[in-house]
Amino acid sequence: MEINRRSFLQATALTGGGILLSLYPETQAKAQFGPPAKLSPSAFVKIHPDGKVTLMARSPEVGQGAKTMMPMLIAEELDVDWKSVKVEQSDFDPKYGFQFAGGSFGTPGSWEPLRRVGATMRYLLVIAAAQEWVVPTTECFTASGRVFHRPTNKSLGYGELAAKTSALPLPDPKAVPFKDPKDYKIIGRSTAGVDVTQITTGKPIFGIDVTLPNMLYAAYHKCPVFGGKVVSANLEEIKKMYGVRHAFVVEVPDIMGNILPSDPGLESGIAIVADNWWAAQSARKKLNVVWNEGRWANQNSEDFAKRALEMSTQTPARTVKVDGDIDTALQGASKTVEGKYVYPFISHATLEPQNCTAHFKDGKIEIWSTSQVPGSGRSMVAKQLGIPESAVTLYMLRAGGGFGRRLTNDYMVEAAYIAKQVGVPVKLIWSREDDMAHDYYRPGGFQFLKAGLDASGKVVAWRNHYVTYGDGNRYADAADMRPNEFPQRFIANFGLYSSVLPLGIRTGYLRAPGSNAFAFVIQSFIDELAHAAGKDPLAFRLEMLANPAFPSPPGANNPFAGNLDVKRVQGVLELVAEKAGWGKRVLPKGTGMGIAFHFSHSGYFAEVAEVSVSAQKGVKVHKVWVAGDIGSHIINPIAAENMVQGSVVDGLSELMSQEITLKSGRVVQTNYHQHKMARMSQSPARIEVHFLTSENAPTGLGEPALPPILPAIANAIFAATGERIREIPFSKSGYTLE
Amino acid sequence: MQFKITVNGKATNVDVPEDMPLLWVLRDVLHLNGTKYGCGIGQCGACMVHVNGRPARSCLTSISSAANAKVVTIEGLSIDGSHPLQVAWKDVDVPQCGYCQAGQIMSAAALLATNVNPTDKDIDNALDGNLCRCGTYLRIRHAVHAAAKIKRESTKKTAPKTTSSGSKKRQ
Repeated sequence: MEINRRSFLQATALTGGGILLSLYPETQAKAQFGPPAKLSPSAFVKIHPDGKVTLMARSPEVGQGAKTMMPMLIAEELDVDWKSVKVEQSDFDPKYGFQFAGGSFGTPGSWEPLRRVGATMRYLLVIAAAQEWVVPTTECFTASGRVFHRPTNKSLGYGELAAKTSALPLPDPKAVPFKDPKDYKIIGRSTAGVDVTQITTGKPIFGIDVTLPNMLYAAYHKCPVFGGKVVSANLEEIKKMYGVRHAFVVEVPDIMGNILPSDPGLESGIAIVADNWWAAQSARKKLNVVWNEGRWANQNSEDFAKRALEMSTQTPARTVKVDGDIDTALQGASKTVEGKYVYPFISHATLEPQNCTAHFKDGKIEIWSTSQVPGSGRSMVAKQLGIPESAVTLYMLRAGGGFGRRLTNDYMVEAAYIAKQVGVPVKLIWSREDDMAHDYYRPGGFQFLKAGLDASGKVVAWRNHYVTYGDGNRYADAADMRPNEFPQRFIANFGLYSSVLPLGIRTGYLRAPGSNAFAFVIQSFIDELAHAAGKDPLAFRLEMLANPAFPSPPGANNPFAGNLDVKRVQGVLELVAEKAGWGKRVLPKGTGMGIAFHFSHSGYFAEVAEVSVSAQKGVKVHKVWVAGDIGSHIINPIAAENMVQGSVVDGLSELMSQEITLKSGRVVQTNYHQHKMARMSQSPARIEVHFLTSENAPTGLGEPALPPILPAIANAIFAATGERIREIPFSKSGYTLE
Repeated sequence: MQFKITVNGKATNVDVPEDMPLLWVLRDVLHLNGTKYGCGIGQCGACMVHVNGRPARSCLTSISSAANAKVVTIEGLSIDGSHPLQVAWKDVDVPQCGYCQAGQIMSAAALLATNVNPTDKDIDNALDGNLCRCGTYLRIRHAVHAAAKIKRESTKKTAPKTTSSGSKKRQ
C-alpha cells in the first residue's frame, strides 16, 4: 500500500508550540477492510517543545508487536532516537486509516505510509531550519532529533523547530526522500516491546482489566447448540441470588441457511449482571433454562466423517481448478499413491477470554474492546442499538492474544446490548467454557488425494477431492482453497475439486487460515510421493520447483497476488537444509528429520524438525530450524524471532493435541484440559530462526511461519518410525507429546 | 462473610461469600487486575499468586482458605519493577501478548526464592503449570536463567563473605 495521489499529509500547530502531522488516507488497501474511511485529520506524530516525540500506534495490539513496530517505522524516517519516543495507543477513528490486526497485513500495510509520515515531518523540519539560518536545505542534515548545518556545524533541536514547521506548506508526499536503508538506526535493530514493563508489573492494560466507576459485571449464557433459543428460565430465582442486579432474556430472530453467517452479532441468551463477575457466574450455574435447540441439535462429528467418506466416492460438486488430463495421466503413471487426510475443527483459545466493557448513556455508547477489527464492531453495535456510528466511541485495549478470534465482534455486540439495558458501565466476560463452546472454529476438512509418478519418479498427475463445509456454492468462512495453491502449476495434470457439507457451527479465521491445515496435507503427501519415488524429500521438492509445468502467471512478485515465487521458495529450502545439516547427519534409531515448506500471507518459510519417538509413541521435538523470507528488512529482529518460535510451538499443539468435536450439536471440549496446548517441557528445546533477505518490500510475520511446522514434524515422525499419520491431531493415533 | 487478608503488605477486610475464589476477590473487589483469569480450573496458571510464600492458583483458592494469609500478587513483586525477573523479562523481551506473563513470573519467583541456580529441568518443573498461548517458552526459560544470574550476583555483592558451595556455573 502506498500513499496515493489522493492521500496527503498536513501539519497543524499543537498548543504549546508542538506540531501534529496528519495522514489522510482516502482509499483503503483492501476491500476486506470495509468501505473507505471517511476523511478527517489524524495525528501520528507529536513533537513537543522539549524535543520529546509522541507517536501514535494505530492498530490493535494482540501480541503481534504492531504497537512497537509501526512507530519504529515513523521514528526511523523522522530520524529521532528511539529513547526520545513515547508511544500511545490510538482510539478507533477513521482518521487513522486502517486499524486492523489480521492477515499479516500490518507490515505491508504500514511499511510505505508510516515511513512516509516520518520522512515528511523530517523534510519539513529541515526546511524550517534552513529558513531560520537562511541557508540552502542541501547544506542541512538530520540526526538524533536535530537539524544540523554542515558548513557551520550549527544545530537546532526538532522541538525548537516545531512551531515554525507547523506554518510550512506541505510537500507532495511523493517528493519526500526516504533514507538510504544503509543509514537505518531503528529498522533492523532489536527493540523491546513498548508495553513490557507494564506487563511485568501487572498494570491493568488488557481489555479484561478495564474498571470504571459504578461498573457491573456480566455473564451471558447461550444455548450450547448453535442457533438455539431461550424458551423460558427461572429468572426470578436468579435475581435473588448473591450480588445479582439484573437477569434477562435476549431474543433474536432465527438464523437461516445451511451454514451460519459470519459474525452474525447478537445470539439468543440470558444476561446476568452482578456486583462482581464471580457472582454473575455463580448465579448462572443455578440457571434452569428451557431451550428450543433448533435445527442443529442432531449434528455429530462422526456423521460428518462418514458423510465425507461417502462424498469422496461420488462426483465432486465443484471443480476448483483443472490443468491437463488427470485420468489419462493417472492411468499412464508407473506408480500411483493415495492418501486420505483429515483435520479437525479447532478453537482459537486466546488466553484472555473474550470480553468487552460498555457504557450506554443518553443515546451514545462508549466501548472498551480488544477487537482485531474494531471498525466492523462499531458498525454492528450501531446497527444493533439503532444509533448512528458516530454515537459509538471505541477504545482499543491490548488483547491477550488474537489469532483471528477477535476478527469477529460477537462479544462487543453482547456487551453493548447489555449495557443499554442496565444503563451503567458493564464489563462482560466470557468464561473459558463459553469461549470454547462459542468460537468461530478453524473449519475441519477431508482431502482425498491421488497422485501418479512416471518411471523417473516425477509427479505427472495430482488429484484432490476436498470435502469441507458450506452451502451450495458458498464455503463456510475460512474453508475455501485457492485454485493456485501449491502444487498447482508444477504438475501438468492437476485437479482440485470440492464438495461441501452443511454445518451448524460458526467457522472463522485462525492464524494462517487455510494454510494451517493445507500445508500439513500438501507437504505430507509430497513427502509420501518423494518416498514412493525413492528420492530424498528435499531433493524431490527442489526438482518439482525447478521444473514447473506452466510458466509463472503475471504478478508473481506482487505480494497480494498469491502466486508463489519459485526462487524465494528455493532460497528458504536451501538455507534451512544447510542450517539443519540435512542429509549430512547420522541420527540414532527412533530419531528422524522432516522437512516442509509453505508460502502464505506473502511469506516464504521452510522448516526442518528433528524428532524422536519412543516405543510408547511419545514424541519429543528436539530441535527445529526455520528459514524465512519476508522481504528486504526484518524490522524488529528480537520480536520477529519470538514470533517465529511461537508459531512453531503453536503448530506443534495443533498437530499433536487440539480438536473440537460435536455431539448432539454441542461442542464436546470445555476447557484447556481437553484442547491442549504444548507446555514448556513439551516444546522444542531449540528453535533456530534464520531470515533470508530479498529485494521485496517487507511483509508480515504473524502467520506464515506456522504452516510448515506441522508437516515438518509429521514427516520427521515418518522418518523416525515409518508410520505415515494422515489425521490431525496425532493424539488420535496414540501419539503424545513428551 | 468478613475475611481479613494481607495483600502485598497491606491488611484488608473483604465482605464476600466464603467460596469466592481469591482471583475474583483480587480482581473485582480489590481491583488488582494484574492477576489474570484464563481457565478457572487450574490448567493455565495465569492466576498464579503467592499465598504465605508459596505459589498458588488463585482461581482455585477460596477466600476462606486464604483468610489471614499473606498474599503477594504481581503488583507486589517489587515496588518499582526491579525484581530480577522483571528486569530479565525486559532484557530478553519475553512477552508477545503478555497475558500469561504475570503468572509465569509469579511461578518463577517462587522457584528463585528457593533455588538461585536452577537447571532447565528445574525451570520446566516449576513453570509447566503455566500455559503460554503465544509459545514464548524459550524466552521465559532464558529469562529465568538471566534473572537467577542477576540474583546470584546481587547476593554476592551484598553478602561477600558467603561461601559459594555448589554454585556451579551454568549456561
